[in-house]
Amino acid sequence: MSQEALIFDLGRTGRYARAQAPAERADLADIPAQFRRRQRAVMPEVSELQVVRHYTRLSQKNFSIDTNFYPLGSCTMKYNPRACNSLAMLPGLLDRHPHAPDSTGQGFMACMWELQEMLAEVTGMESVSLAPMAGAQGEFAGVAMIRAYHDARGDDARTEIIVPDAAHGTNPATAVMCGYQVREIPTDAEGDVDMQALREAVGPQTAGIMLTNPSTIGVFERRIQEIATVVHEAGGLLYYDGANLNAILGKARPGDMGFDVIHINLHKTFSTPHGGGGPGAGALGVGERLLAYMPIPQVGKTGERFHWRTDKEIPETIGRLSAFGGNAGVLLRAYVYARMLGRDGMIRVAEFATLNANYLMSRLRDEGFQVWLPQRRASHEFIVSLKPEAKELGVTAGDFAKRLLDYGYHAPTAYFPLLVPECLLIEPTETETRDDLDGFVQAMVAIRDEARQDRDFVKGAPYNMPVRRLDEVKAAKELDLKWQGEAD
Amino acid sequence: MPFIPHTDEDIRQMLAGIGVDSINALFDEIPADLRDPGLPGIPAGVTEMEISRVMNARATGDILGPCFLGAGAYRHHVPAAVWEIATRGEYYSAYTPYQAEASQGTLQLIYEYQSMMAGLMSMDVSNASLYDGASALAESVLMAVRANRKSKSGRILVPDTVNPLYRDVTRTIVGNQGIELETVTSNASTGALDVATLKQWDGEDVAALVIQQPNWFGRLEEAQALTDWAQRNGALVIAVVNPTAMAVLTPPGEWGANGADIACGEGQPLGIPLSSGGPYFGFMCCRRAFVRQMPGRIVGRTVDLEGRTGYTLTLQAREQHIRRSKATSNICTNQGLMVTAATMYLALLGAEGLERVAGHCHANTRQLTERLTDLKGVSLRFEGPYFHERVLELDRPTEPLCQQLASQGVLAGYPLGRHDKRLSNALLVCATETVTEADMDRFEEALGHALARAA
Repeated sequence: MSQEALIFDLGRTGRYARAQAPAERADLADIPAQFRRRQRAVMPEVSELQVVRHYTRLSQKNFSIDTNFYPLGSCTMKYNPRACNSLAMLPGLLDRHPHAPDSTGQGFMACMWELQEMLAEVTGMESVSLAPMAGAQGEFAGVAMIRAYHDARGDDARTEIIVPDAAHGTNPATAVMCGYQVREIPTDAEGDVDMQALREAVGPQTAGIMLTNPSTIGVFERRIQEIATVVHEAGGLLYYDGANLNAILGKARPGDMGFDVIHINLHKTFSTPHGGGGPGAGALGVGERLLAYMPIPQVGKTGERFHWRTDKEIPETIGRLSAFGGNAGVLLRAYVYARMLGRDGMIRVAEFATLNANYLMSRLRDEGFQVWLPQRRASHEFIVSLKPEAKELGVTAGDFAKRLLDYGYHAPTAYFPLLVPECLLIEPTETETRDDLDGFVQAMVAIRDEARQDRDFVKGAPYNMPVRRLDEVKAAKELDLKWQGEAD
Repeated sequence: MPFIPHTDEDIRQMLAGIGVDSINALFDEIPADLRDPGLPGIPAGVTEMEISRVMNARATGDILGPCFLGAGAYRHHVPAAVWEIATRGEYYSAYTPYQAEASQGTLQLIYEYQSMMAGLMSMDVSNASLYDGASALAESVLMAVRANRKSKSGRILVPDTVNPLYRDVTRTIVGNQGIELETVTSNASTGALDVATLKQWDGEDVAALVIQQPNWFGRLEEAQALTDWAQRNGALVIAVVNPTAMAVLTPPGEWGANGADIACGEGQPLGIPLSSGGPYFGFMCCRRAFVRQMPGRIVGRTVDLEGRTGYTLTLQAREQHIRRSKATSNICTNQGLMVTAATMYLALLGAEGLERVAGHCHANTRQLTERLTDLKGVSLRFEGPYFHERVLELDRPTEPLCQQLASQGVLAGYPLGRHDKRLSNALLVCATETVTEADMDRFEEALGHALARAA
């Protein structure tokens, strides 16, 4: 594939897409000169066709779910149904101003209210807020609510949040943003939380624990009810990181496990697009203890009318997370998806995500790859450790990841969780066919064969991508973060 | 089974391969009393045709009259090409570009975005975006406290002319980190800050001053003098700006003698639909010296093994997936798809097009407010320079009035009494380039009728 010039380099002075701007320049004489821009911003000067062609060509340099199998562990890269997009982009929904009175947006608000109700049911929580704009913001809101709970009781000795060593990096980062210290506890040899370590960690300083279940190791935390009892008896609360909810959707509910607050990554489990890194949506599910601290706004219903609940109705709220009511357009996509799935469809999500993961795990194990925790059931994802290949053949998990790209497969998550050496975290999702899974197994086997014959060949991958391996040290040391003009 | 491709034969063979006799057996590690809750409260699934019917009915039932609402979100024309291309599957359904070789499209696009945004703001560097304008301000406050090493106070001066919703969000996000948000009171008759008001903090330890331009009331702040005061006193300057306005107003990088230190704001005006408040995107730029304190993704240009130009995420050591509890923020995503759209929007309009859009918004708002202030019972609340948004003073409370006009299909503006009781009769109005003469006629007529009745 040929290199694509920067959009700036395609321009000529005086060119712009004339159909897209007002035909005349307006009079701005009433704005005094001291407030006016003196020099024009450096912007591309290109035609509409040039823009369309350039960004279409750039798109073709991306892997995506629509073009490639994308078994990225803990990211749930499943098919994003097209109807979710087209229905969320109906003009009546797209053009609605966020400050427009509730009375003018009853149809939109009905969708939001029904989504709240469905999410509460499928997670077993008392109430749902759609305000958080991403999973990390849902986490933040959840831990902030835990803090508000302890503060309201005058319990200011609780300074620690417990986080297992397998947790996503966001968990400790979030705890710190909420003013807590992080205490890490280990995972035992079976992949569950080390109960002895947990019992030693809890005490009057414990504000709560943040858990992902199934965990990032890809197994269900079997003693979850015991964990809930230990933490609650110590006066702490339980936060559920919903990153892996796809694995248990409709099969088991965080609310029944004893969690006090959860977030749901709608861009994972409810199939809203990842968009090249956002926008996400991190809906919150809240249990009885924390209802008073819900973020605002939330959609309420009185009779058949919907309205935004604000701090007038939730006076102890932790506050507002965005200027408006969250990522409404993403929420509409999640709503359409949830309605199309319905009750049985949601349960099948977990069933077939789990079937695909266990099948792929058994196939790779049969081909001689080292599956982490082979004695356990995989959830919707599992880990392969390439430590034997690294040791015997000198090719790492990173090398396999890069070579997989040449075979047309997006790499699984590599080197996470941190406690497993040379790991690939593999999540096939429920929307892939058995043939696709078999193809992935063949690619893994083929790469191992290549490594046996020519180690350096694999270490040099990828070959078929728009670029070869990039010099990341140069990128970080000689920072080049914007176009500097024609001199390039 | 919606979106699940398995045939009965697939299932049988896959279960045999795993060595279990049913799918349910794969869930046997979940304690029995937690398993299979049944979900009675969730309705049965529907087909695409059925849900289309529901959504079409709901979307067309909602009222979309002429819109004179701004207050942080603006109805602009969005070129058709923007979302046609942005929703291509290769952008829409891609993940964060961690695998750089398989994400060169998204990465080059973000590099172009960073270049355009830094150019528009006249700042050294831009990140790849944050959630929205309000959370971008919160992150800017956290960043300023980290970056201003001379300041020990964690004190941030926040004028009451900053969008009150942004102030609320900032309070929520930084509240537990020992940061003190101190309000600076504006001049009640001009709706803008007096530089003299800041004298009370002369010589005191202040980490940063926030300046919104145009401010919440649409008024232009004396950004030059405010910036100079802050930097003389060892405080950083956080600019909160409207990106459309920056086509015609002095950009943050040129404020005062040295320019603002951090510039942030809401990216929605750049090709993002209103969509009831989101998803939008927040932008953030800063001086080069502070780039390692910046939160969020950053893309850099580099070369591959063969010396070809390529793009990659860089400075990742700031981020949560590497630094965990010591990260600059817990943020993981940028608003990738929104930035994809905004980049195309800016490329289509260019500096010339954006100036025309900005100019027409301003001229329309000027015309609208000139017409409305001819009505009995309507006057201008604040005199002085403004951009594309203005506050009117009416002879009665504007909250019920807006409800009344909305029922007639006119979104009249934003009732400012929601945040300040002294402004109960005030209305913030905006007329973007999408507003027509006929829209203004309709507003004028509806308002005239409403005001003709006794208050």
